[in-house]
Amino acid sequence: MEKQVGTVKVKRGLAEMLKGGVIMDVVTPDEARIAEEAGAVAVMALERVPADIRADGGVARMSDPEMIIGIQEAVSIPVMAKARIGHFVEAQVLESLGVDYIDESEVLTPADEEHHINKHAFSVPFVCGCRNIGEALRRVGEGAAMMRTKGEAGTGDVVEAVRHARSVLGSIRMLQKMNLEELMSYSRDTGAPYELLVETRELGRLPVVNFAAGGIATPADAALMMQLGVDGVFVGSGIFKSGDPVKRGKAIVQAVTHYNDPKIIADVSRNLGEAMVGRGVHELPESELLAKRGW
Amino acid sequence: MQNTSKSPNNLRIGVLALQGAFREHANILRELGAEVVEVRLPKHLDGLHGLVIPGGESTTIGKLAVRWNLMDPLREKGQAGFPIWGTCAGAIFLSQDAKQEQHLLKLMNITVERNAFGRQLDSFEADLDIKGLDAPFPAVFIRAPVIDSVGEQVDVLCALADGRIVAAREGNYLVTSFHPELTDDSRFHQLFLDMVQNG
Repeated sequence: MEKQVGTVKVKRGLAEMLKGGVIMDVVTPDEARIAEEAGAVAVMALERVPADIRADGGVARMSDPEMIIGIQEAVSIPVMAKARIGHFVEAQVLESLGVDYIDESEVLTPADEEHHINKHAFSVPFVCGCRNIGEALRRVGEGAAMMRTKGEAGTGDVVEAVRHARSVLGSIRMLQKMNLEELMSYSRDTGAPYELLVETRELGRLPVVNFAAGGIATPADAALMMQLGVDGVFVGSGIFKSGDPVKRGKAIVQAVTHYNDPKIIADVSRNLGEAMVGRGVHELPESELLAKRGW
Repeated sequence: MQNTSKSPNNLRIGVLALQGAFREHANILRELGAEVVEVRLPKHLDGLHGLVIPGGESTTIGKLAVRWNLMDPLREKGQAGFPIWGTCAGAIFLSQDAKQEQHLLKLMNITVERNAFGRQLDSFEADLDIKGLDAPFPAVFIRAPVIDSVGEQVDVLCALADGRIVAAREGNYLVTSFHPELTDDSRFHQLFLDMVQNG
């Protein structure tokens, strides 16, 4: 028997197993255990949640390996970790730690303002952020095995998550109406690789699993993103910056499973305590917008 | 006895849709002519001829099954001979023991070791000979479990060269460590439909 590791199928395959689930940001092994207990399908290990990165300012980098190892030891679900955009050595380090997915993330301060990591060179799979079809398929072209629409992390304001999901999913619906001549012009206009546009048009969806992220704070937010057509959700600051993380985490998990059942969403939304305080995206100065990082 | 007749084209198969790769199972089962029902609540089990429990995160699926009162109905159905196929997380969920505290149906006489090959970097593809299939099957293992002990009535359908079991059947229960739903090969799904049809 010949074993093949690090193939496109196994990289994309793990994301397939996460569908219909919630991936939660955690900063300590204890938070990771709470997330697992709440029903998370995976955790994202990072040093500070996006709301704190915003508050603290400065340069945000890959987390301390010691912290990532502690989280890997604490839970049985997959552990993801973030590398800076273009910082392929941080990615090499995370791969050597055996993380299950690397998020090449705009939430950290970019290390390269022109290039992303060549993700084909790695055996570990990558998830990347996108705001539109061009960004999504460029990242897939570089080897990303999972996408997440960016939203605006650390705000608790879902408006950008909605904008980006509508953009990507709306473009796919448009693609399916286009003929092949129109597709090449569309490739030029969006910067999406032509061959991947052809594939996406045939599939009627992105070639990889697509989650929503950035600003999801309530069960209804999560169900909204699911009804718009994403495969699952990332919740960052929304859980551990709320009054009762366990209860809110569980409620968001339930809402993602039963996203089409308003009675259940109402039921799980009762008495959750304070949601994260949040900052309206329109209150933020241009320089603090994270989603525009990525090229 | 089911009242509805079970010709190949009117099998009603449930796919547990709490979390995981349920869409892929549903697509293949539909291509093979089955009617597919997504199961999220006990009422969705009515009138089914069989159930697939997909890959996903077994801890998450277990918690959701407990929360939505699916454990007892699934156990009652299984004990009454209802065919159930678990892939990866689904196989864990059917087992007696996964060596950590989590919710299990404990229907099939197997114990499992979770993440038996290691982390995602150790996930792999391999062509495997399966009892009941005429040519090797393209198996995709994702953070996969193995079956590390089986009861007397369990029929081992596939073991790796090192002896670790990755596919097995016991009466109305079928389990695979790997993911036939991630391939273009529908033979394993056909095997399950044959099992549903012939008992």
